[in-house]
Amino acid sequence: MSADSRAWPTGRRRAILQGAWRTLGPRLKGLVLPVTLLATLEVAARLGWVPAYQMPAPSEVLLTLGELADGPLWKHIGASLARVALGFAIGAGLALVFAVWVGLSREAERYLEPTFAALRAIPSLAWVPLLLLWLGIDERSKVVLIAIGAFFPVYLNGVAAIRGIDRKLVEVGHLYGFGALRLTRRILLPAALPGLFTGLRSGLALAWMFLVAAELIAATRGLGYLLSDGRETSRPDLVLAAIVVLALLGKLSDGLLAGLERRCLGWRDTLGEQQGEVRS
Amino acid sequence: MNDVLLDVRVVHKRYAGATVLRDIHLRLQRGERVSLLGPSGCGKSTLLRIAAGLERQFDGELQRASPDQASVAFVFQEPRLMPWLTVAQNIGFADGAACDRQRVDILIAEVGLDGFAEALPKRLSGGMAQRAAIARALYGRPALLLLDEPFSAVDAFTRMKLQDLLLDLAQRHHIALLLVTHDVDEALYLGDRVLVMENRPSRIRHSLGVDLSQPRDRRDPRLAALKAEALTALHEAHVI
Repeated sequence: MSADSRAWPTGRRRAILQGAWRTLGPRLKGLVLPVTLLATLEVAARLGWVPAYQMPAPSEVLLTLGELADGPLWKHIGASLARVALGFAIGAGLALVFAVWVGLSREAERYLEPTFAALRAIPSLAWVPLLLLWLGIDERSKVVLIAIGAFFPVYLNGVAAIRGIDRKLVEVGHLYGFGALRLTRRILLPAALPGLFTGLRSGLALAWMFLVAAELIAATRGLGYLLSDGRETSRPDLVLAAIVVLALLGKLSDGLLAGLERRCLGWRDTLGEQQGEVRS
Repeated sequence: MNDVLLDVRVVHKRYAGATVLRDIHLRLQRGERVSLLGPSGCGKSTLLRIAAGLERQFDGELQRASPDQASVAFVFQEPRLMPWLTVAQNIGFADGAACDRQRVDILIAEVGLDGFAEALPKRLSGGMAQRAAIARALYGRPALLLLDEPFSAVDAFTRMKLQDLLLDLAQRHHIALLLVTHDVDEALYLGDRVLVMENRPSRIRHSLGVDLSQPRDRRDPRLAALKAEALTALHEAHVI
């Protein structure tokens, strides 16, 4: 056997490696910045460049997270998830109903839109003291606050989505003599679905934001409580651990909606759909 | 027996303050093919929408042989397929989930879309989408098909194919056609009668009988002679 026969497997290995790099490379690029940042932080904290009471090493945060996972973390996650789920369901549900109503009926718009516009002008966190006065510091005030936060993005996007429906498709329904109910079910809702999903996803993001606000103010459980607990006991590792969990939960819940969106809206002929196909 | 399918009288039709149609009387027999020829914006689409019952604000009268909405079908300039439904679901759209799947399959074969039943509209070319739109219009077994410049957005060769497809289907199912177009050749090739419309406020300026049997030959010199006549009429109507 000559030296050529040994060169062949090496060449193939290189080809395999190149192939793997082509598929993994683009994904790995996204990791460059966070990994560098975390490594720098780790070194800086270990060498004492930043005081540990202000910025713990990432590994410390990981350890804290591990400790929490053995103990109270799941209780906090459970409490926060329940609040977000309930608040979002109420806020988004009401918003969808009103969006469809106002979107379809000019009369409803005349009655309701000025009031909604006025309420929208109030920064939603300004409701906090009032909610505490009215509903106390227990679950109800938190859920209502989250519902208020989720309501407006869903409502606004919903109305815009329904108003933006192609008139030409609606005319097809008129041609078939569809009544209001059939027209809504067969044409208006499916046509408005992309916009409704946009609203639901931004509503969910706001629901998480308002959850933290509600739990920071008054709570004995939940991730927001963990945040304020970490501040009061001067434990930045606790605060950072809670932030990491919040980020993960936010990403996870948005991912669920995004997956649902992809499944429901595969028919769209858009750049995003096209790129999604290339990726998968 | 009354063989009049459609009888439209428009005394007056105003649109955004301007008169678009005036003194129009249009009558269609069963199985008849009529082309409405005129420039863009002359109100011929409005006349078609009045005939379809989509436009109700006008001074005049609309009579149809059957009050049933399904007896008249419409093909728009754009396919107007529901992008979230497959080709088969779009064709049976009138009945939704309860649509007659067998009839849908027959129509798919008739318009030459075999193999595309489960395709989404975004996968279709312009000509294929318009074929699906024609199949959707035929689903309800209409006696009259109204077409609003149906082939103006496709290339010339696809247009000829679609014209032949339309004639074939109209003949086979004995469907009357009322076609709006600004293409003189199309008007003459498809119509038994060509109504030349003049500019706003529109009236039917000239009625041209096309006394040639179907199927026609696009190279027929008699079509060329009729085209000259139509062009003269359009010229007199100050359209060109």
